[in-house]
Amino acid sequence: MSTEMTEGVKPVGLPRLNEPAPEFEAVTTHGVIRLSDYRGRWLILFSHPADFTPVCTTEFIAFAEIYPELQKRGVDLLGLSIDSVYSHIAWIRNIKEKTGVEIPFPIIADLNKEVASLYGMIMPGESKTETSRCVFVIDPNGILRAMIYYPLTTGRNMQEILRLIDALQTTDAHKVATPANWKPGDKVIVPPPTTLEMAEERVEAGYECIDWYLCKKEL
Amino acid sequence: MACISADGTLTESARRMLGVLQHPASPEEVAQATGLPLFRVRSGLREMAQAGLVEEKEGRYALTEAGRQKL
Repeated sequence: MSTEMTEGVKPVGLPRLNEPAPEFEAVTTHGVIRLSDYRGRWLILFSHPADFTPVCTTEFIAFAEIYPELQKRGVDLLGLSIDSVYSHIAWIRNIKEKTGVEIPFPIIADLNKEVASLYGMIMPGESKTETSRCVFVIDPNGILRAMIYYPLTTGRNMQEILRLIDALQTTDAHKVATPANWKPGDKVIVPPPTTLEMAEERVEAGYECIDWYLCKKEL
Repeated sequence: MACISADGTLTESARRMLGVLQHPASPEEVAQATGLPLFRVRSGLREMAQAGLVEEKEGRYALTEAGRQKL
């Protein structure tokens, strides 16, 4: 990577799934917040490219719309962009004035790109001054459980974010996996057996099996 | 600052938190009593502890004399 590409962006690796999410302390629209302030709750940390931009505005309205559903699931939201806290405040007030929608969650003012660098939110090939549309799902123990990266031009799908939370929480609660396009109420996948004996027992266990390695059950 | 304005006055959420701390309480208890999100309570108590308005002992927060005078 050229010097030009990395200018202003600390060259750090992306965070990894199932490892502790990098700790930070950041100025937000709700005061100075640390990641550890969310311990005991699920957290969706997400970035957007910039305040007062069209796709981001539609996303913020959409995040506000799913906020009650996230709260029911014990999930908090925390936004981030490389803008000042004054810009965030002005944008939130503008959204409320123009659309009537209140943004109930804090937004990090990451002017020094510290959190963006920690989480690999800046994709220099897209933009050296804006964060891409990243989503990090962090569990109540502070473990990074899922990541989604969208480009600047594509707004995120809120139903997919809710579905992802439902899937992770179902996995934790029942020690199962979830198949493609799973949604709450659908059958779940029983973890595949890891020994020959278990495989032979599995097909007799009364699950709905295509074969020993793909068995589903109702919850 | 989320709790203490530049002129030293407390925000409404800060007053609610301090009001609960007439008796020592954990951040979880303060969140439940005030209806504020837990992250806001943890962040706010940290800020007010740095300002000397509350003090923390074994995970529970209590008003200091300075905090009592602010109420």
